[in-house]
Amino acid sequence: MVTDHQKDYLTGLRTTLSVVLYPIQAAVDLPRSGGNWLKETFSSRQQLQEENASMRAQNLLLQSRLQKYDSLLAENNRLRELLDSSSKVNENVLIAEILSIDLEPFTRRIVINKGDVEGVFLEQPLLDANGVLGQVVSIGAFSSTAMLITDPSHALPVQSLRTGARAIAIGVATDNQLKLNHIPNNADIKIGDVLVTSGLGGRFPVGYPVGTITDFVIDPSQPFAKVSAKPTADIEHVREVLLVSNAPPTFNFDATIAEQPVEPDTISTESNNSNTDGESSNDEGSEQ
Amino acid sequence: MMGQRGSFTIILSFAAALALMIIPLPSWLVWARPDWLALALIYWCIALPHRVGIFSGFVVGLSLDVIRGGLLGQYAASYAVIAFLAIKLHRRLRNFPVWQQALTVFLILILGQLTTLWIKGMIHEPVPIIYFWIPSITGLLLWPIVFLVLRFIRRNFHVQ
Repeated sequence: MVTDHQKDYLTGLRTTLSVVLYPIQAAVDLPRSGGNWLKETFSSRQQLQEENASMRAQNLLLQSRLQKYDSLLAENNRLRELLDSSSKVNENVLIAEILSIDLEPFTRRIVINKGDVEGVFLEQPLLDANGVLGQVVSIGAFSSTAMLITDPSHALPVQSLRTGARAIAIGVATDNQLKLNHIPNNADIKIGDVLVTSGLGGRFPVGYPVGTITDFVIDPSQPFAKVSAKPTADIEHVREVLLVSNAPPTFNFDATIAEQPVEPDTISTESNNSNTDGESSNDEGSEQ
Repeated sequence: MMGQRGSFTIILSFAAALALMIIPLPSWLVWARPDWLALALIYWCIALPHRVGIFSGFVVGLSLDVIRGGLLGQYAASYAVIAFLAIKLHRRLRNFPVWQQALTVFLILILGQLTTLWIKGMIHEPVPIIYFWIPSITGLLLWPIVFLVLRFIRRNFHVQ
């Protein structure tokens, strides 16, 4: 156990065992996938037509947005070239499906039906249509396990879209929420602020939406504000996920550790890096 | 374990228990999911202590670790403890009426969970403490059913 916790020697054993056990996972998933298959096979012509029409409309909408995006992308790249910056926006995406099985009850993890064979790699970011979902933590041959951003041992460097202030978003075990630790009481926060990935640490691509701030409590007797956010990704209901690879090279910042699944003790030092606010570090001192 | 009657049945029963451990439940029921695998393990330890023991418990726990994606070895350790206790008590347990067996099984499950809790505590995995014990209680309530079903299977397939 100590070996598994601290070193990587047992990955091979875990991978082998997970291949042996994959049939059980697939069997448990069978009712849902079979149900979907039945629904698709026996759905009526009219239903299909309606669905087709609505999808076509949506596609048109997305196409028009994409045109705008393309021109913006070109412009962005041109401007970056002018600035001689190395960061380029190009990402490959692999679509995976979530197996409907329950895992460890106190963590937020999911199993997806793509593994080593399809080219999934460790620490690969996971997105859905609306935002960041999590990252891959262990890989089997045909399936892999991903940790969601709402897992209590997951910390994700984020940035407020409005103010540009950086923070670390940590999962909350009991419900579908994120909390931002070590935000000073005088920080500029508003309910409804959108948080995006800051890309510090280089594991997640920059600029993907993470959540919106739903609540914050400022208690003068406490050194930090209590800020909670709701993930933009539809974590509870999502079925298909996007696995992003070839993330653009990001800045080498010493907050790398922040994106690994961290233990609660190590978080405080991390977020001091991101809130480079004199007051916050003072408060940190008085807290200890 | 191989070469004797019914190894396949035992393995299949463990596989079924493993599937029950990961079958999706509505969110209000997730906490109450009984530890099917531990119940099956205890039954086989009581019924066939010469075939299913601590090592089997360890292997079964290891597969649960892998399938649930937690730290490798936490359930293996707790299931080894459960198997040890069940083997230790199997003579007494066989003579108990079912409700008394259920109470003993409850204690064994609690001790097994204590092992898991201890390991989770060491790796700083946050655990909501009240909810954590509910599976033992549901295990207590469901033991008679598990016992009768597995005994029926054992007799029907002549597993010795």
